[in-house]
Amino acid sequence: MNISRRFFMKTSAVAVGGAVSAKAGTAKAESRSRAPADPFGCLVDLTQCVGCRKCEQACNEVNHLPEPKVAFDDSRVLDCKRRPDQNAFTVVNRYYPGKKDEQNRLIPAYAKIQCMHCQDPACVSACIVGALTKQENGAVIYDKSKCIGCRYCMVACPFGIPAYEYDQPFTPEVRKCTYCFERISKEGGKPGCASVCPVEAITFGKRDTVLALAKDKIKKDPGRYINKVYGEEEVGGASWMYISEHPFEKLGFLTLPKKPLPTLPETIQHTMFKFLWAPITLFAALAGGMWVFNRRQMTGEDISEERGADNE
Amino acid sequence: MSNHAQPRPINSPFWTPGVFVMLAFMAAAAPFILARYIKGLGFVTNLTDIYPWGLWIGVDVASGVALAAGGFTTAALAHIFGRHHYEAVTRPALLTAMLGYTFVAVGLFVDIGRSWAIWKPAIFWQPNSVLFEVAMCVMIYLTVLYIEFFPIVAERFRGRFPMVDSLDKIINKLMWVFIILGVVLSCMHQSGLGSLMLIAPTKLHPLWYTPILPLLFLTSAISLGYPMVVVETIIATSSLKLDREMDVLGPLTRITLLLLGIYGGLKIGDMLVRGTYVYLWDGSAQSFAFMTEMLLGVIIPWCMLWIPKVRKTPGLLFTAAAMVVGGVVLNRINVFIVGYQPPFAQHSYYPAIGEILVTVGLVATIMFLYRLAVTFLPVLSARRKEA
Ligand code: SF4
Ligand code: SF4
Ligand code: SF4
Repeated sequence: MNISRRFFMKTSAVAVGGAVSAKAGTAKAESRSRAPADPFGCLVDLTQCVGCRKCEQACNEVNHLPEPKVAFDDSRVLDCKRRPDQNAFTVVNRYYPGKKDEQNRLIPAYAKIQCMHCQDPACVSACIVGALTKQENGAVIYDKSKCIGCRYCMVACPFGIPAYEYDQPFTPEVRKCTYCFERISKEGGKPGCASVCPVEAITFGKRDTVLALAKDKIKKDPGRYINKVYGEEEVGGASWMYISEHPFEKLGFLTLPKKPLPTLPETIQHTMFKFLWAPITLFAALAGGMWVFNRRQMTGEDISEERGADNE
Repeated sequence: MSNHAQPRPINSPFWTPGVFVMLAFMAAAAPFILARYIKGLGFVTNLTDIYPWGLWIGVDVASGVALAAGGFTTAALAHIFGRHHYEAVTRPALLTAMLGYTFVAVGLFVDIGRSWAIWKPAIFWQPNSVLFEVAMCVMIYLTVLYIEFFPIVAERFRGRFPMVDSLDKIINKLMWVFIILGVVLSCMHQSGLGSLMLIAPTKLHPLWYTPILPLLFLTSAISLGYPMVVVETIIATSSLKLDREMDVLGPLTRITLLLLGIYGGLKIGDMLVRGTYVYLWDGSAQSFAFMTEMLLGVIIPWCMLWIPKVRKTPGLLFTAAAMVVGGVVLNRINVFIVGYQPPFAQHSYYPAIGEILVTVGLVATIMFLYRLAVTFLPVLSARRKEA
């Protein structure tokens, strides 16, 4: 029994040691944000949006997406809640958050959704091959030539954004809003949706600038807006931000933690694998154990012990 | 030690009714795999944008990796910790691990959208990705398993191919490196598998989401190792009419008492620390799944294994070991499927018939190849039962 007991202690020491060092690592070497310093941002003022779906149409044209089953000027699609999918990178949904007009009819509110282009994107951290990357200008873009189709990015995205071509047998792509990467890379370029919105509900500019604008708007007109910029802090902040007169939960927005999601897994990962210390230590410990136990075995010291243990 | 003969091919007739049943399952899976490559994943699975991972990841991959833990745990015990008495079970456990991981790779090949790009992680490194770490370890470990298995094949053909003999000599000299490497890689990717879900705190049910998920995956894989050896040895020895080897299996499960105890302790302690026991009584599918996992998979078999009679009676020992194995499989299914509760889901995911048949087909293929290997290669060392 002796040896087994020693074996247990070793094994548990390794397991516990791993856990403790991972914990210690969380305390000191938390993985740093890789957010770009001065990205672009979009501010959507939901109090201005009239649900015309022109942004959807512009997105469709700019990205050469297939023609939709229901025309863009047909507002019946607003009767049910939609999600972005492989053929629509942005969709507008209608909500009735409870306010009524003079005739006692519920006043609708609209919300355009798309990839948030997070500052510390979970999808980018998750992607096994680096097919998704966060660019300096803020866009999170996809490189199909690297993708293996594992769909871990979809598991990781807290907003449930990436869509997948489940009907493609060999070359399915992960599909989502590209922030019109090509367009915004050019001087003065704007995303398709932002440039087309007839009521200028979407403001495009440097993230810091539009965030300041958002706060300014709220401050100047506290009766019109609730005091929150959605996307400022959610999962570490995003390039898309929203202001609204209704609580965001009533408009289909998720309540999310402030911490970037990659922090915990990356911290554990990087603590355990820094200079490969953990695997190397474990290897050395096992090699030492192997040498000790087998030398003993060879001198015959353990045989009686072993017999005793197994016959009990 | 004297109770055991040298490992040798069992030389029983291969084409038994059981083998035909396996072939039938394999045949049933084939059209669905074919359809997946003609019509796409959406045609044969219930996967959606909201539920991108399903049965194939939860069972074929995550559970498959866990079930192969018998390979590294027995290797550690017999070869590293010098308990040579247990060598009788290292070869079958190694075979199971090798087949298990091969089919993890096959399962992934079918599941990922761009199967032809499966090699790309070897070129495009993304070390922030937990999945990258897991994939690398699994890839290297699979190679190590093939190397570890090589001498068994070489033994069968000794003296016939000079090339094989000299390669065998080199491998045997370095075997200690591969054995330790196998254990290290296993620890790395077993825990890595648990880290996969850490990126989705808002989607995984709080009964399972915990920062110590990697430690739980590692300890559960380690405690599952010996019960898995018990299950496969009892199945193999009864179907091949060999001696049950209870003198090896009984003591093995005594070690399980401690390992499973550590796992259970961590699991319950974690629940108490995070206060997630409040979810236990809410009557949801998740609470039911969690309780089943803990009661049937950890607590009851653990109590059973304390009783010496259980450890000495093949039927009872098998039952207890099978419960532990089932418990860990259920845990993986819970973490990857039942506990995965993404926002915006209209209804929950349930595997399609095609997914189920492909999984059953893959398991049947593993059993078929196991049978084939033990028939013709020196894997099992149990004696034939005196008639
Ligand atoms: S919203 Fe989702 S897909 Fe878009 S950047 Fe953030 S994590 Fe990635
Ligand atoms: S599906 Fe493609 S883009 Fe998404 S994580 Fe996998 S390899 Fe990366
Ligand atoms: S184009 Fe502007 S107003 Fe029209 S739905 Fe889009 S964001 Fe709203």
